[in-house]
Amino acid sequence: MSMYFTKEHEWVKVDGAQATVGISEHAAHELGDITFVELPQMGKIVKQFDTLAGIESVKAASDIYSPVSGKVIQVNDKLEEAPELVNESAEDLGWICKLEGADLAELSSLMDAAAYAQYLKGLE
Amino acid sequence: MELIYEKSVPGRTGVRIPLCDVPKAAPFPEALRRSDAVGFPEVSELDLVRHYTNLSRRNFSVDTNFYPLGSCTMKYNAKVMEQAGALFAGCHPMLALLPGGEKLVQGPLSLIHGVEQQLAEITGMDEVTTQPLAGAHGEMTGIMVIAAYHKARGEKRKFVIVPDSSHGTNPASAAMAGYEIITIPTAPYGDMDLDAYRAAMNGEVAAVMMTCPNTLGIFNPHIADICEIAHQAGALTYYDGANLNAIMGKVRPGDVGFDVIHVNLHKTFGTPHGGGGPGSGPVGVKKGLIPYLPTPRVVRNADGSFGVEAHPEGIGRVSDFFGNFGILARAFAYITLLGSEGLIEVSEMAVLNANYMMARLRGEYELPFETTCMHECVFSASRQLKDGVHALDIAKYLIDRGFHPPTVYFPLNVKEAIMIEPTETESKQTMDAFIEVMLEAARVTRENPVALHEAPVTTPVGRLDETRAARAQQVCCEG
Amino acid sequence: MGYCPNTPEEIREMLVVIGAGSVEDLFSPIPEALRAKSFELPAGMSEFELMGIMREKATTGGSEIVPFIGGGIYDHIIPAAVDHLAGRAEFYTAYTPYQPECSQGTLQALYEYQSAICRLTGLEASNASLYDGGTAVAEAALMALRITGRNAIVLDASVNPLHREVVCGYLASLSAGVCQVPPAGCESDLELLMGSITSETAAVIVQNPNFFGSVADFTALAAKAHEQGALLIVTCYPVALGLVKSPGEMGADIAVGEGQSLGNTLSFGGPYFGFIATRKRFIRNLPGRIVGETVDKEGRCGYVLTLQAREQHIKRHKATSNICSNQSLCALRGLIFAAALGKQGFEDLATLNFDKAQYAKGLFSALKGVSVLNAGATFNEFTLALPKPAAQVVTRLLDAGVAAGVPLGGYYPGLEHAIVVTVTEKRTKAEIDQLAGLLEEALWN
Repeated sequence: MSMYFTKEHEWVKVDGAQATVGISEHAAHELGDITFVELPQMGKIVKQFDTLAGIESVKAASDIYSPVSGKVIQVNDKLEEAPELVNESAEDLGWICKLEGADLAELSSLMDAAAYAQYLKGLE
Repeated sequence: MELIYEKSVPGRTGVRIPLCDVPKAAPFPEALRRSDAVGFPEVSELDLVRHYTNLSRRNFSVDTNFYPLGSCTMKYNAKVMEQAGALFAGCHPMLALLPGGEKLVQGPLSLIHGVEQQLAEITGMDEVTTQPLAGAHGEMTGIMVIAAYHKARGEKRKFVIVPDSSHGTNPASAAMAGYEIITIPTAPYGDMDLDAYRAAMNGEVAAVMMTCPNTLGIFNPHIADICEIAHQAGALTYYDGANLNAIMGKVRPGDVGFDVIHVNLHKTFGTPHGGGGPGSGPVGVKKGLIPYLPTPRVVRNADGSFGVEAHPEGIGRVSDFFGNFGILARAFAYITLLGSEGLIEVSEMAVLNANYMMARLRGEYELPFETTCMHECVFSASRQLKDGVHALDIAKYLIDRGFHPPTVYFPLNVKEAIMIEPTETESKQTMDAFIEVMLEAARVTRENPVALHEAPVTTPVGRLDETRAARAQQVCCEG
Repeated sequence: MGYCPNTPEEIREMLVVIGAGSVEDLFSPIPEALRAKSFELPAGMSEFELMGIMREKATTGGSEIVPFIGGGIYDHIIPAAVDHLAGRAEFYTAYTPYQPECSQGTLQALYEYQSAICRLTGLEASNASLYDGGTAVAEAALMALRITGRNAIVLDASVNPLHREVVCGYLASLSAGVCQVPPAGCESDLELLMGSITSETAAVIVQNPNFFGSVADFTALAAKAHEQGALLIVTCYPVALGLVKSPGEMGADIAVGEGQSLGNTLSFGGPYFGFIATRKRFIRNLPGRIVGETVDKEGRCGYVLTLQAREQHIKRHKATSNICSNQSLCALRGLIFAAALGKQGFEDLATLNFDKAQYAKGLFSALKGVSVLNAGATFNEFTLALPKPAAQVVTRLLDAGVAAGVPLGGYYPGLEHAIVVTVTEKRTKAEIDQLAGLLEEALWN
C-alpha cells in the first residue's frame, strides 16, 4: 500500500475505498512530545484539505488537514490514553482516523514517499 | 520542598479571628451547609512564614537578579510606589457608585482622571479608560471599541490584520471580540511585508494591530504609511503599547496615525510584575471613538470636583469598577515622580542599553536582521545550533550563573530566538557581567556543548519533564 | 531620575562600543515627521513631594466610612502575615514563571493556590487566576460555549449586576445569546430557570449567595441542566463557602467568583483576582495559566506551567482565552490568607460573619416599617425593604459616615425601596447598633 503525503505533513494510505490518515515522522518530530490528539467526530465529512483534527505538544499546537475527502468511520482511540504513540510510530500505529468514500483521483495532487523526501530536503 | 498541605497537622490553629461581640445566632441551616470544612492547611503562623519565605527564595526576581526578559520590560520597581499604592487599601469602590458617594472619594477619582490625562499626553491620544485589567484585556477592549465604531456606521467588517511577529494576545483578543484573523508575514528587512499588507487591506478589514517598535525591537519607518493604508480602506489602527518603553518623548502613537492604543502599566510604567500579574492595560482612543469607551467614566465637573458618569453608548463594562486601581496609583506615582524629563531619559537609556548589548554580543550570536535595535534586541542561536546547542540550553546555563534568561523562542518568526531587553534601570556593570557569561556560553558551545545540556545544576530542581506534566494533568493536591 | 544608573562616562563608553556619536543617533531610524508633537508633563520630583500628593488623595478616599456594603467586594480582616509574605520582593518582582527552574517559588505557590480553590469549591481543577469576578464569569460562559458547542447562555438576574454587564459584553462580541431570568423576589426563580434551558443552552449561570444575599441549593438545577446537555456555572463568594454548600457538592460543572475577600484589600476597585474551577474532564477548556506537578531527571518533584497549548502564545486566535498576565500576586495573597486562617479558622470566620449578620438582620428588621425581603437563609448579606426610597436613606447616612448598604433601584426596577446590607466580621456590635439608630433617625425623623 503506497503512502502519499501533503505539504502540511499529513499522510494517507488508501485501501480500496478506505483511507487511513496520520501525520508524518517529520511532523511528529517537529512538534516534540505529543500531549494530546483532538480526534475528529465519527461521521464527520471533510473535503480534501479541510481541517480534520488537531494535535498538541508541550510547546505547539497544529491543525491536521485531511489529505483526501471522505467521511470519518473510525478513530484511533488508543491515542486518547497514549498520544505518545504518534511520536513512537507516526506513520503506522500512530494513525489518527480512517475515512471512507475517498476519491482516488485526489491522490494525484499529493506527493509519494520519494517526492515527500525531496520536499523535506528543500525545506531545510 | 513540601507543599503547605503536607506540613499541615490536624488541630493546628492559625491567626485568631475577631471576637464575637453579638449573641450567637441559631446554626446555619443544615440543608444548605457544606458537608465538610474547607481543607485549608492547618499550620502555625511560624510554619506559614517559614514556608512562604523559603518558597520565595526559590525565585529569581528583579530585586535579586538581572532579568532581561525581552518584551516584558523588567525594570526596577521603585519602592516608593509600593508605599503610595498602600495608602488606598481601605477605599471601597462601591462608594463611588452609591448615591451621594462621589464626594467621599474625590482623591481616588482625581487619581484616575489624572493618570488618564498623563497617559493621553504620553501617547498622543484624546481620552483614556483605565478599566482594562491587563494588556490583553486592553487589546480586547480596544478591538471591541473598534467593532462598536464600525457597527454604529452600519459597516460589516469581518477581519483584523496582524503581523506574524505579533504577540499571541493580538489575534487572541481580536478573536474574542468576534473577528477572523489575517496574518501578514515579516519581510527580510525585519518588519511587516508592506506589499502583502496592502494586498490584504480592503473594506472587510476592521483594523490592523501593530506593535512599534515591533517584537524584534525594530522601529518600522513605514508605520505612518501602514496607518494611512488602513484609513483609506476605512479600517482603524490599533497600537499595542508593549514596547512603549523605547519611545517615550520621541514618538507618540497618536501623532503617527493610531486610533486606539493600549499601554502596559506593569511594563513601561514600572509597576511590579507580581509573578505573572496583576498588570493593567489602559486603553487610549482618538476623539471619534470616545463614545464607544467602556462605562462608567470619571469626569471633571465645572466646579473642579470629580464625578462618575454613565457612558451608555459605549461597549459596556469590561471590568467591575475602574480597573486595577492599586496599579493605577503606582503608575501615577511613577509618572509624577519622573516627570517628562525622567520619562524621556527612560527611553533614551533603555535604547542605549539594548544597543550596547547588541554591539557586544553580535560577534558570537547571529542577528537575524541587520539594523539598529530600540529597547530590545533579538538574536538567533542558529550558530550554536550547529554544535547541538539550542537557545533553551543557553537560557539554562545563564540560570546557573545567576541571571534570569532572556525571552526565548519568541517572536515565532526567528529560529532559536533570544530576545534581550535590559531596560534602563540596569548599569553597565550588570550588563557587562551578563555579556561575559553569554560570551562564555558561546565558547563552551564550541568546546564542550554537552555541558550546556545538563544545565541548570545549581537550582533546587533541574530541567523538568513538561511532557509528563501535560499528560498527567496533576494540577491540584487532593485533599 | 528614572532610576537610570549610568554615569555620563559610562554612557560615553557604551556609545563608543556601539559606534554611535550620541544617544540621539540611536533614534535616527525614526523619521522627523513621526516625532512627538508634544510631551507636556510636569517636571519630576522627589519621593517626599510625591508622597505628599499621594497622601492628600488617599485622605479623601472614603476609608473612614464604615462599610456595610459589598457588591462583590468585602471588608474582611487581613492577617499581618499576608502583607509581609506577599510583600517579599522575590514574589512581587518576579514575572511569569517561564523558566521553571528559577521560579519554583511562584510555581509551587500557584499550585498550592489552585489546590486551595479546588478544596474551596469542591471541584477538581483550577487555574492560576483570572482578572476579577466579572471577567471570571464571562470566561466561564465562554468555556461552556466551547465545551458544548452551543451558542446561548441562561443567566440568572440575581447574579451581581456588574458581573452580568461584563458577561453580556463578552457574549455580545461573539454573537452568543443571553437569556436573563428575573428573580422571584430576592430568590432565584428555579422553575423559570429550569424552564429556560433549551437544547441550545450551553450553561445556566447562578450566584450563591446571590446579589440579594439569599443562599440556595442548586443541586436540582444542575441535574436539570445536565438532562438537557447544558452545564451549571455557579459564581460564589469565597468567605461564604466556609459555611455554604460548595458548587462541587451541588453538581456544578464550573465555579467562578471574585477572590478579593481572601486576603486582598479594598483598594478602590483592584487589583483583585478571579478564580475558576471545574471538573477534571473539562481541564483542556480552562482559560489562563495552569501549573502542573512533575519531576526532574533526578526524580525531584517540581512545578511547571502546563497545558500551554491552550493559551494565546501557542494557539493565538484559537486559544481558550486571550489572557496572558493574570492576578498572580493577588492569588498568592488569597492562598496565604487561607493558610493563615487554616481549616478551622476559615470556618470560624464564616460563622462569625453569619452570626454578626443575623444579629444585624434582627435589629434592623425590628425597626418600624422595615422588613427583610429574603425568603430563606442568608449568609452575611440580606435585603431590607425600607419605608422610604433607599437611595435617599443611603445618601443621608453617608453624611453620617456610614455606607448603610447598596440601594437596589438602579439595578432592579421596582426595588427602589430595597437595600442590600453587608455585615462582615469587622463590623462591631457598636457599629451595628449605631447603624440601627441612624436608620431609625433617617426613616422617621
